Amino acid sequence: MSAAKATPEDVKRLAALARVDVPESELARFAAEFDAVLAYVGKLDELSLPEGEAPPAPAVRNVLRADGEPRAPGTFTQALAEQFPARDGDSLSVKQIISHD
Amino acid sequence: MTKPLNEFSIAEAARGLRAKEFSVRDLWDACALAAKERNPELNAYLELFAADEGAIAAAQERIDREGDAAPLLCGIPIAMKDNILIEGKVASAASRMLENYRATYDATVTRKLKEEGALFLGRTNMDEFAMGSSTEHSAFGKTLNPHDTERVPGGSSGGSSAAVAAHMAIAALGTDTGGSIRQPAAHTGLVGMKPTYGAVSRSGLIALGSSLDQAGPLAKTVGDAKALFDALKGQDPLDSTTVAEDTYPAKETQEKMRIGVPRHLLEEGLDADLRARFEETLASLEAKGHSIVDVALPTSAYALPVYYVIMPAEASANLARFDGMRYGHAARGESLLADYLKSRTEGFGPETVRRILLGTFVLSSGYIDAYYRKADRARGLLRAEYDAAFASCDVIAFPTTPSPAFRFGEKSDPVSMYLEDIFTVTANLTGMPAISVPMGTVERDGALLPTGIHFTAPLGADGLLFRIGAEVTGETLY
Repeated sequence: MSAAKATPEDVKRLAALARVDVPESELARFAAEFDAVLAYVGKLDELSLPEGEAPPAPAVRNVLRADGEPRAPGTFTQALAEQFPARDGDSLSVKQIISHD
Repeated sequence: MTKPLNEFSIAEAARGLRAKEFSVRDLWDACALAAKERNPELNAYLELFAADEGAIAAAQERIDREGDAAPLLCGIPIAMKDNILIEGKVASAASRMLENYRATYDATVTRKLKEEGALFLGRTNMDEFAMGSSTEHSAFGKTLNPHDTERVPGGSSGGSSAAVAAHMAIAALGTDTGGSIRQPAAHTGLVGMKPTYGAVSRSGLIALGSSLDQAGPLAKTVGDAKALFDALKGQDPLDSTTVAEDTYPAKETQEKMRIGVPRHLLEEGLDADLRARFEETLASLEAKGHSIVDVALPTSAYALPVYYVIMPAEASANLARFDGMRYGHAARGESLLADYLKSRTEGFGPETVRRILLGTFVLSSGYIDAYYRKADRARGLLRAEYDAAFASCDVIAFPTTPSPAFRFGEKSDPVSMYLEDIFTVTANLTGMPAISVPMGTVERDGALLPTGIHFTAPLGADGLLFRIGAEVTGETLY
């Protein structure tokens, strides 16, 4: 896709990967906009980077904190459950994921 | 002082409150009334909050009791961008996806403002999920620029900038992923500051690009921006990317500063009169004893392409959480997959979908090396160039934007909109702190439009930005 033009099929495939529907009527427009953005981002091709050297690790990183000092069970249950689109008591209700037939 | 209370700066309001010239309630009423009167026209706020009588009384009591020892922000009415969580309030990020989402906790910045005694006037409009430079991508209508209502207030924090510029708030918080505080500040004549990455906690902000996002102030003066930054900053156990006081080496500077200007980046694309304001501002700084030095930042010419790989990549990953299951817009179809597809398709606007698709593309097999990994390495080079440039200067200056605020609909193709951020994105990519300070006006179609000068400082040297900013505005920092 990088050299060639983005096609409506490319957009459709990406949309499926991203779990969104792009209506048939808008596929061509999205493909054209995508081309324009990629042509601009493609300027990166001109940039030659020094070989070999890995960039230095950033001073701060996103890491999970160590376990410990758990909160009392249920502290946030009500507040969170109120945001559920569908609930069964304090449980989140969703469609069956694994079917047995 | 004869001007209305809502036109006060934080410093002026704090002084008046302590001198008992007016009460916290008077100040709140002045701001709330101005907001009520002007918001139907400007659409700066998506929601105006009812007065929190308890918080107003507590702030008044604290000022009466503590006097000058009370926090500067105590009793000050502030506007909050709609992607910053306030417990119990809707936080929609101007998206249908979160239209009815109520925050279940306070963002760390919200908690800190509450501890200072600040009051929240409402939540401000923005481009959906902070994706844009004009607020035209809001799901709830555009915001108008108070300086010329036919023009955009900038974005994505355009509701916050319009609210402060129209004196519907004393100051506001915004978030900045590629310029979303600084560009709207420039377009509305305000001071806008993006802290060093990690200086302010991201806990409780609705994420766009997690390696780029920072919350920060939009304010009427440099001193006010500093007061807000001082209240917001600090390490937070809820955000492991927050930095300690000593994470970055202290920058030694003289009283007279060396200002680096990358002239090679300013040769084309700048409006002539905006360039003239920039040169005049540099000349006035020189006249005050500061020196101007040339610096070279060759990779900066690639900063925007780098940004438009990194940001969509991170955005597509961050927005994967909105699936219609636990909170937010939930549409139902025939299967679980249909539930996801319907919820996301109905919930996201076109620019959000565009960036999700772009991010999915640059991270997909076969393209990740050419796009994402290359952009990530270029980011390292960009930062090394800035580090090298800071050997010969204390701050780096250029205009915040190439042009003043544009007309609605003028930048309808995505790339021309993206070019709005050509100067501002670099600070997000390097993590360095940056500020936009007003540098006079230019005339367009009979309207005088504000412009901004932009300064970048080394990592952790946020304080330099307020020093140089105050030199531009002629303020004495308290």
